[in-house]
Amino acid sequence: MSDEVSRAEYCAVAIADCFADDGEIMGSPMGLLPSLGARLAKLTSNPLLMITDGESRILQGAPPLGVTQDVVEGWMPFRLVLESVVPYGKRHVMMGATQVDREGNQNISAIGEWAKPKRQLLGVRGAPGNTVNNKTSYWVPKHSPRVFVEHVDIVSGVGRTRAEAAGPAATRFHQVHRVVSDLGVFDFSGPGHTMQFVSVHPGVTVEDVQAASSFEIHASGDVPTTREPSQGELMLIREMLDPKMLREREVPSAGTPR
Amino acid sequence: MPSKVLTAAEVVGRIEDGMTVGIGGWGSRRKPMALVREILRSDLRDLTVVSYAGPDVGLLLQAGKASRVVFAFATLDSIPLEPLFSRARQEATASFREWDEGMFQTGLRAAAQRVPFLPMRAGLGSAVLENDPTLRTVSSPYDDREELVAVPALELDVALVHMNRADQYGNAQYLGPDPYFDDLFCMAAKQAYVSAEQIIDTAGMTVDAAIQTMLLNRTMVDGVVETPHGAHFTTCTPTYERDEKFQKAYATAAKTPEDWAAFEERFLSGSEQDYQDAVNAFAKEEA
Repeated sequence: MSDEVSRAEYCAVAIADCFADDGEIMGSPMGLLPSLGARLAKLTSNPLLMITDGESRILQGAPPLGVTQDVVEGWMPFRLVLESVVPYGKRHVMMGATQVDREGNQNISAIGEWAKPKRQLLGVRGAPGNTVNNKTSYWVPKHSPRVFVEHVDIVSGVGRTRAEAAGPAATRFHQVHRVVSDLGVFDFSGPGHTMQFVSVHPGVTVEDVQAASSFEIHASGDVPTTREPSQGELMLIREMLDPKMLREREVPSAGTPR
Repeated sequence: MPSKVLTAAEVVGRIEDGMTVGIGGWGSRRKPMALVREILRSDLRDLTVVSYAGPDVGLLLQAGKASRVVFAFATLDSIPLEPLFSRARQEATASFREWDEGMFQTGLRAAAQRVPFLPMRAGLGSAVLENDPTLRTVSSPYDDREELVAVPALELDVALVHMNRADQYGNAQYLGPDPYFDDLFCMAAKQAYVSAEQIIDTAGMTVDAAIQTMLLNRTMVDGVVETPHGAHFTTCTPTYERDEKFQKAYATAAKTPEDWAAFEERFLSGSEQDYQDAVNAFAKEEA
């Protein structure tokens, strides 16, 4: 592979690493890069990962993005997701986030005051249930101070401190695992369960990330660089999973206006 | 056995101002749109709408039919946001209760089982409990003492759902990949009405489809309406898929009052037959 590894490819590998240790559970990637990352994990680090077509079929393989034709290994209608898989807990969801705050609360509901929002978004959807029942990660394709805010407007996904305040029932299965953005990888193991650097992508500095965030992200010692994809991973991304380079639409390469 | 076949107008005639109406389907999928359009033609007002919301709720809000909405999301699926719903939220033209998706299902199940609430974890720690102050928690009486959300029963006066096929007695089946929650909507309601692409003989339903597709039995249904293309422009898989071009035209028209007035005039000012004729004309233009 002669050409340079793109930012989107680092993101795909960082997302795949989120699912690497999950074993035989359902991966629920919401959106394009999460789907690419989860399928990459299924083909590399975690072949036991179970994925669906995003509608109602469990897929045996890991088809290219935008393709859902595959061997169907099961049925997964919405009712089973809500009444079985989410409370059963054998699931790792990676949701989007319009806002994420220092304590790991996430908002996809609306911007502004709940009673009369400035901008209605998706609604809380399944975020409250996801975060107190199963492993949850977030994907942010454009890291900015408008996304990484001191306090989210409407808590859809629940961070650790709020879960603890709600009592043991809310913390028993609560696990916010990672945030992956176009600039780096983060978790919530900073002081008081606050956001902390796991790594920055090559070409990004800790200062770049701080400048693109409304709060200070904790750095525990030197922040490592996100690992290089293997040749095998690059081949899977480029030749098999995303030959149309849809990933570039979500995370454009340097040189393209960001 | 007596037939339960009704017209859409007869169904809407049984709904009263101020009632709580549950609408089946999910987002922009298998919505009973012909029945929703019939409500738009009526003088009904002040409804509380309970729905995994799509264009059904958008249209009822825009027409001033819905004063209160219980929702977990509102989406057109292939278009992430429902524009008429978003406008109603942003202008606060109705009041809203926003629940987690799973809470919503649990509330329907509680009503279907005739219990006042069911416990669940979803909602704890989130803004859902703050923004719906009617919600309460409940403590386990067992040694764990876990404190969970007591999801109240979502009791409905009326449920409206759309199926691929039904018989005249109210047995009904879906032929697509997902039943959504239509059985729960029917069981949570005092009166339930099913519209269907086709009313056929009972014996015909299992000739070419597995018995598990028969989601609704006649004890759950008070009336059956034949509305071919009645889920348009949402999906009714495998009978037809979503009319993406039409949905896009709907979402685009919703952006400005002028465009919306023209859309209403063209598609929503006449009978269901007028609607289907206008949709066919639109499809020819776009072909």
